[in-house]
Amino acid sequence: MSIQFLLALALVSATAQAAPAFEDSIAQRAQACTACHGKEGRAAADGYYPRLAGKPQGYLYKQLLNFRDGRRHYGLMSDLVEPLSDAYLNELAGYFASLQLPYPPPQAPSLPPAALERGRQLVMQGDAARKLPACVQCHGQQLTGVQPFMPGLLSLPRDYLNGQLGAWRSGQRRAVAPDCMAHIARQLREDEINAISQWLASQALPAAPKPATSLAAPLPMECGGLQ
Amino acid sequence: MKLRLLALVLVVVTGLAAAVYALNHLDERPPQASLLAPTPALIARGAYLARAGNCIGCHTARGGAAYAGGRAIPTPFGSVFASNLTPDAATGLGSWNADEFWAALHNGRGKGGRLLTPAFPYTNYAQVTRADADALFAYLQSLPAVPQANTPHELRFPYNTQAALAVWRALYFRPAEFKPEPKRSAAWNRGAYLTQGLGHCNACHAPRNSLGAIPGPNDFSGAMLAGSGWYAPSLHDPAEAGVMDWRPQAVQQWLKTGSNAHASALGPMSEVVLGSTQHLGSADLAAMTEYLQALPRRTAVTPDAGRPELRLREQGRALYTEHCASCHGDNGEGAGGGAYPPLAGNRVVTMGNPANLLAIIQRGGFAPATAGNPRPFGMPPFAGVLSDTELAALASHLRNAWGNQAADVRPVDVVQLKAQRID
Repeated sequence: MSIQFLLALALVSATAQAAPAFEDSIAQRAQACTACHGKEGRAAADGYYPRLAGKPQGYLYKQLLNFRDGRRHYGLMSDLVEPLSDAYLNELAGYFASLQLPYPPPQAPSLPPAALERGRQLVMQGDAARKLPACVQCHGQQLTGVQPFMPGLLSLPRDYLNGQLGAWRSGQRRAVAPDCMAHIARQLREDEINAISQWLASQALPAAPKPATSLAAPLPMECGGLQ
Repeated sequence: MKLRLLALVLVVVTGLAAAVYALNHLDERPPQASLLAPTPALIARGAYLARAGNCIGCHTARGGAAYAGGRAIPTPFGSVFASNLTPDAATGLGSWNADEFWAALHNGRGKGGRLLTPAFPYTNYAQVTRADADALFAYLQSLPAVPQANTPHELRFPYNTQAALAVWRALYFRPAEFKPEPKRSAAWNRGAYLTQGLGHCNACHAPRNSLGAIPGPNDFSGAMLAGSGWYAPSLHDPAEAGVMDWRPQAVQQWLKTGSNAHASALGPMSEVVLGSTQHLGSADLAAMTEYLQALPRRTAVTPDAGRPELRLREQGRALYTEHCASCHGDNGEGAGGGAYPPLAGNRVVTMGNPANLLAIIQRGGFAPATAGNPRPFGMPPFAGVLSDTELAALASHLRNAWGNQAADVRPVDVVQLKAQRID
């Protein structure tokens, strides 16, 4: 065997080792998303990247459309999904909805018990005097979301929850009209938003954290994002 | 003596004003009330031509009603807002006739004689034939009317005046219909007509002078896009985006699907493939290909490489291993037959202007989801991960690894390019 042949052989095997693993699958395609969103979401200097795994497909799909069509604002997300079709975005949403990954542990609250109790009340009972529905009326009795459009509210970091409620209040985050979450968030005071986020983020998940299959009762108000 | 000087000045000023006026009314006659019979065939042809011009791209706001306008077009002189093209009588083209539409396309003049800003590329559309303009008008008039008032332009003085537009037109605009070159093939001529006219490719791909004028209809020598941080590469230079050395089928595949074994469309070009070229018929794609492949070869000016930044490249090598190699391979060889393109010998990596390389690293992107490539692969953004120095280091490594040879990218280049982007 000549030296050249051995060298060539070594080169070929080196190249073979270096070739990255690749498969023509939706999981491979979703790697463009998971670099930021990770398995369970991730916080970075420029904001919080929420967890996608296990959220209802319809919810994820609507959010992708909201970014593409300018109802939610984050330049990197909007640019990424801009050249993608409805069908492909729905397929990506379905992929993330189908993932079953462990959830992170709850965050210890930093509010005094009375303030935290106010958060619990708003989540579980709402405020009838102000016509504020309870979170559980739409997001499920267990707060794990309802198929196909309602996201769960547990195991989300309070920074993310505060950020989203604040964005709805300021009009930075929108849904198709009538925008029920914007209507609700605009009636909440800042301390109430914080109390809600603190209480939600401190709750443990139920044993079966999947979204409920249907709503227990009709929605308390009309929501354009649910069609 | 003083009186004579005054008279002389008066004569010169009057002469210039008359010249500007005359140059603004070349090849024009007052619009007539023209009756156009909008047959289904004419409307269908207009729909196809609207795709060829990607009218919807500028004339639709993000998430807004199609053709109802409202999208901001950034220019160095301020923002121009695309207008409502739907047939709403009060806010769109509902009260226009075919003659008035022709004047807009061919003479850059709106209803009532108002001069349009050249951000609307009538400098290209002047080449469109009257028959094609009529078909386009018939199509636009067939759309559902959307009442949506136009947003006033936000141009700085003096660019926001009709007088400034008149002077600009006198300097840079002559309404000239497309003249076929008899020595060239019919396909070449069709390609030239589409590329120079409705396609308005060099509205992006030609450099603009300090007053925003392009050198002419057949210059595609590359330019930075105002406000976006992206560079529209030269179509004359095979080291940028020239396609002279590709097989014709590869060019057509790229225009049709947004992707081939060589490259994928990313950034502003993916919008062009999505809204326009993927919808063109195979004869027109072949014609554009013939024209683009026959463009004169010209090497773009590359900046002086300067002293090699060896420490920066070394830092970039480590970043590559950490962030990039799992998809693009240890030796920049790529994977998945173009899904993750090779970076060795990749001209986006090595072209003189590093804007697109930096934009892709920072913002990531998917190739456009076209009928021919409905589930494109994508790259995540690294804007929140890499610092300006790290971006420069990674880019410098990529531009000088695996046989690539290009000027290093310094952190100051990254900062300057970021500053060009309006978000």
